[in-house]
Amino acid sequence: MPVRPEAVAELTRVLTELPGNPSGSHAAARAARRVLDDARDVLADVLGSGPGDVVFTGGGTEADNLAVLGASGGGTVVVSSVEHPAVRDPALGLGARIAPVDSAGRLDLDALAALLDGLDGVSLVSVMLVNNEVGTIQPLAEVAEVVRRHAPEAVLHTDAVQALSWVDVAEVAADADLISVSAHKFGGPKGVGALVVRPGVALAARQIGGGQERERRSGTQNVAGVAAMATAARITVDRRTDDVARITALRDRLADGVLTAVPDAVETGITGGDRSGRAAGLCHLCFPGVEAEALLFLLDEAGVAASAASSCASGAAEPSAVLAAMGVPREQAAGSLRLSLGWATTDADVDRALAVVPEVVSRLRAGKRVDA
Amino acid sequence: MSGGVDSSVTAALLQAAGHDVQGVTLRLWGGEADQGCCSVADVEDARRVADHLGLEHHTFNFGPDFDRHVVEPYVAAHAAGRTPNPCIECNRHLKFDRLLERADLLGFDAVATGHHARVVDRPDGTRRIARGADGPKDQSYVLHMLDQAALAQVLLPVGDLTKAEVRERAADLGLRTAEKPDSQDVCFIQTGAGRQGFLESRIDLTPGRVLDDTGRQVGEVEAIELVTVGQRRGLGLRRQQEPVFVTSVDVGTATVTIGRKEDLLDAAVALDDLVWADGPVAGPVLVQCSAHGEPRPGVLAGSVLTWEAPQPRVAPGQSVVFYDADQVLGGALAR
Repeated sequence: MPVRPEAVAELTRVLTELPGNPSGSHAAARAARRVLDDARDVLADVLGSGPGDVVFTGGGTEADNLAVLGASGGGTVVVSSVEHPAVRDPALGLGARIAPVDSAGRLDLDALAALLDGLDGVSLVSVMLVNNEVGTIQPLAEVAEVVRRHAPEAVLHTDAVQALSWVDVAEVAADADLISVSAHKFGGPKGVGALVVRPGVALAARQIGGGQERERRSGTQNVAGVAAMATAARITVDRRTDDVARITALRDRLADGVLTAVPDAVETGITGGDRSGRAAGLCHLCFPGVEAEALLFLLDEAGVAASAASSCASGAAEPSAVLAAMGVPREQAAGSLRLSLGWATTDADVDRALAVVPEVVSRLRAGKRVDA
Repeated sequence: MSGGVDSSVTAALLQAAGHDVQGVTLRLWGGEADQGCCSVADVEDARRVADHLGLEHHTFNFGPDFDRHVVEPYVAAHAAGRTPNPCIECNRHLKFDRLLERADLLGFDAVATGHHARVVDRPDGTRRIARGADGPKDQSYVLHMLDQAALAQVLLPVGDLTKAEVRERAADLGLRTAEKPDSQDVCFIQTGAGRQGFLESRIDLTPGRVLDDTGRQVGEVEAIELVTVGQRRGLGLRRQQEPVFVTSVDVGTATVTIGRKEDLLDAAVALDDLVWADGPVAGPVLVQCSAHGEPRPGVLAGSVLTWEAPQPRVAPGQSVVFYDADQVLGGALAR
């Protein structure tokens, strides 16, 4: 997603005009601290927390790690089967138990209740708000209700990294104790994020040092990045209703267009064309008999930047754990395509994708050797 | 592009020759570690070399195919007391099958690698693999499975250079891989635990008895699956008056038989899975039985190779490659 021009302007302004360290005491430091505090107010507003609850981090992964590792307190951890690795891997390191999802990628609330009933000392439950691969929106208010009933001592964390552009996080995550966000998912810069920590939630810091962020995250804050994140967040939330309507229409036209042109394509986890439980910004399709890597290569060559699952260090496409958790057959998952839309996506972009995707799929199928 | 110097220079040579080149690194195995096959560090080296040359770079994940066609057969061969060559199976099934297919699908005319060997055009229009210019670095042995269809799509530009020349070119071009050491051994086995550790975690290793040629037990081995025909050491023997060699391995009875050097000599080798560059060959050929072994004369008749003079036994599972002078005619696996 491109960085919003207003965020670029704010980033540049702060870098240029406000060089102070917000932990200092002189005038320049105080000016920088004011920027940081203003940004904290904005994040608190859009996330539905008090300003003092917002901890700035170096991105979504750090916020997720801090939540899982900092708030589990030695108890039992429960996470959904479709979490991002930034939640899943630290949780598995703590011996987490996994709550399953259905074929749409939606958490099975009865299974969660049963799992919690069977466990002692659950200290943390983590369920993402919007899935990063297929866009499924979790019923977080209902999840919170299940957690209150079946594990009343546990804190609830939600990885809302993918959510802010599409859902009213302040409202739907009102019952979560910890909320992670990342600026680059709503038009801010990369490498800056935040964790909301509700009052009374015990959080052990992971990064120790100068005691910044009320000792919850030491290290000099990325003032310009944080300011740009706040600018992007403000605009995202102010325009969200209109943007979601516009992008939903684009996504529907994209998905319907590809499904019409490639009749055996499967829209992952969608039955009967009902996309109401999905974030507007994701269109996830599987093309049986097509290899995702080859598909992405040719799309890229034709100017369509897409992905298969999530990216990894060496750049190779990995089989998707999310699709596996949803019960998508491996052959189908092998031909998966994730098309993302955002605030900058236009009608012309969708036209381009509709011209290219079916053509590339048919080229790959025509060229596929059968002697293997 | 493996991230090594040969494939780095390959890319540079092709680019200089005017080809429209893109770099690809195959992710075959693991990839979490900082060293060894497909490590992030190697992929980074490949990508940075491509960046330096102004080439696009991609990573293809062929991990599942590598498991199926290289790692699983490697383990199964050891379990059966055979001596597999995983590099050859990787070339056969990954680099010159899966990658060729992928390249074709994506609209590329050819796949180039950094192997030290050459593709030669013959007067009759056929092509063959020929030995590389650097004798001791020659890799024609591990490319013997390439048939005419593959040879039409494969370029081996460093085959005309010595390794020293390759490093010199890399240094001249300022490539970061110029001084990088050559890769060693089986790429998916990390040096720490070694072959035994790798196999131990996948199959049960069986202790074996070592017998002399009269059937008397003279030693024992920890794992029969790790013993290879021709092996001299690690047999738990007391000091011998003259050198002894493994002459046969029988996993079924968990026995290793040893003998003197002359007991290891065979007049002929039975062959399986014959492959040809351009059709079956019979009659006199030169034969090489290991990556850098000495070629010896023999006569091919069907699936039997008869040596001109008796030769040390070829371990079952090893590749036997046939040459006409310095050109590869085909190959097979020793039965």
